[in-house]
Amino acid sequence: MVANLDPLHALLTLQRALDRSFDSDWLRGSTAGIGTFPPINIFQQGEDFVALVELPGVSKDAVEIQAKDRSIRLSGRKTIAFQDTASVHRRERVSGVFDRTTTLPVQVDVDRLRAEYKDGVLALFIPRAESDKPRAIKIG
Amino acid sequence: MTPQELQVQQKRELEQKQEGTVPARFFVPNADIYETDQALTVVLEMPGVDKSNIDVHVEEDVLNVEGRIDFSKYQGLTPIYTEYPVGHFRRGFSLSNRINQHKISAEMSDGVLTITLPKVEEVKPRRISIG
Repeated sequence: MVANLDPLHALLTLQRALDRSFDSDWLRGSTAGIGTFPPINIFQQGEDFVALVELPGVSKDAVEIQAKDRSIRLSGRKTIAFQDTASVHRRERVSGVFDRTTTLPVQVDVDRLRAEYKDGVLALFIPRAESDKPRAIKIG
Repeated sequence: MTPQELQVQQKRELEQKQEGTVPARFFVPNADIYETDQALTVVLEMPGVDKSNIDVHVEEDVLNVEGRIDFSKYQGLTPIYTEYPVGHFRRGFSLSNRINQHKISAEMSDGVLTITLPKVEEVKPRRISIG
């Protein structure tokens, strides 16, 4: 019997194995971010940052915001309720669990982080940490 | 089992039949349409639109919905990283004669507009009792 000595075969098998591990729960479970929902726009306002997240129709207790160093994590559940007797003609809205972590280019002042939810947009007011701001050094 | 990943839906830009006179981008809001014995319900997602900026009107058997974004909130904000476009929303639905157009009602909460279109009496299913 001829053994398969094709070097490409070994490479392809390795890549397939790597792809499979990305699809498995194991790797996903350990990292905080899955997927790219909800969509986030990040703006700079002076020294601080504002992140606007489109999340229509969620209740405030269904969303959890966590912040540490440079990362902000948004997790929660978006639910859509239909009446039991309803017959659905069209479904375009998404619903389900989300868990997303974004990294900012600056250190966040976690204690002064503020969040507001209005009209389906979650606004995160992210002040830059004092320690992160550059200090002017006087020449003595 | 892996929970179903929520995919971000890219906003669809509206192709308008007439050109606008002011520069503004319109997008198609996502809609869920479902039907019960009593009424047809249309649920539209328009994040960032305040209740006072919504216009729902029925004209010639067409239900038109328009939601406008207040851009003044974005003053002083410089975009650094963006994943979604921002603009007004517009969508139209043609109504059949099964809908009682005089009794259409709408509610808005958290960027979600729910429009209830009650069915005309004759169309509602009637239970026939056996004598």
